[in-house]
Amino acid sequence: MPATSLKAIRGAKFREGHARKTQILVLVVIITNVLGNVSLSHGMHQVGRIVSASPLDYLRAFANPWTILGICVLVVWMLTDLALLSRADLSFVLPVTASAYVLVAIGGHFILHDHISWARWTGIALITLGVILAEETPDRTTKGPPERLL
Amino acid sequence: MKWLLVAIIAVCNTLGDVLNTAGMKRQGEVESLGPRSFWVMFKHILRNPLVLGGFAALAISFFALLSLLSISSVSFAVPATAISYLLETLLAKYILGEDVRTRRWAAAALVACGVVLLSF
Repeated sequence: MPATSLKAIRGAKFREGHARKTQILVLVVIITNVLGNVSLSHGMHQVGRIVSASPLDYLRAFANPWTILGICVLVVWMLTDLALLSRADLSFVLPVTASAYVLVAIGGHFILHDHISWARWTGIALITLGVILAEETPDRTTKGPPERLL
Repeated sequence: MKWLLVAIIAVCNTLGDVLNTAGMKRQGEVESLGPRSFWVMFKHILRNPLVLGGFAALAISFFALLSLLSISSVSFAVPATAISYLLETLLAKYILGEDVRTRRWAAAALVACGVVLLSF
């Protein structure tokens, strides 16, 4: 086999693995976003309303295991999001990770039996369509660091 | 006051995401997905002024959101999120130099409309 085609095959394999890693990061960003926010909000509801000028009262929220779990998961979300942004366009990441909204709405419907109105079903459909459209574009269109900034 | 907070949330959120993206692109791609490369990425972030600036902007946006939630209902925060999607796509095109064409504009617009409808 000529060296050039071997090189082409290696290049194609590298790009495939690269795209797969980006997809894995997208999935982890969406899942940690949903789990972190659900856990944090569950914890804050257990703690109850905090209306205070004293930071000590806010520290009380940290005694709740759900709050701590939520914050830990959101730290993972933030780091994964940054890793994803090091590899992919912001204008790709934003619409694609918006599927978190859809997961929260559908999860609330099936697990907590939340009512979903027609307006909300339409919203879910529009976001899903947006995610599909963005998924069809290449994940990165820039080369090297953005020189136009600073 | 409410609309001022909405504006602060949208602008700081956008600024934070754009600075983070610019900073991470400058830092270079996170190639492997193991804990080691994440640790290396984290150490680089601590010396990356763009990402640190991005964190500061996101923190301001977060505290503005808390203030907004304390004086009005959750639905008031929705326009800020929707505006952010469009503003960020605009800056991604003109500042970060990303190739934003019909599909990505349509995707951003659909998500922005969807977020508004989800709040009903």
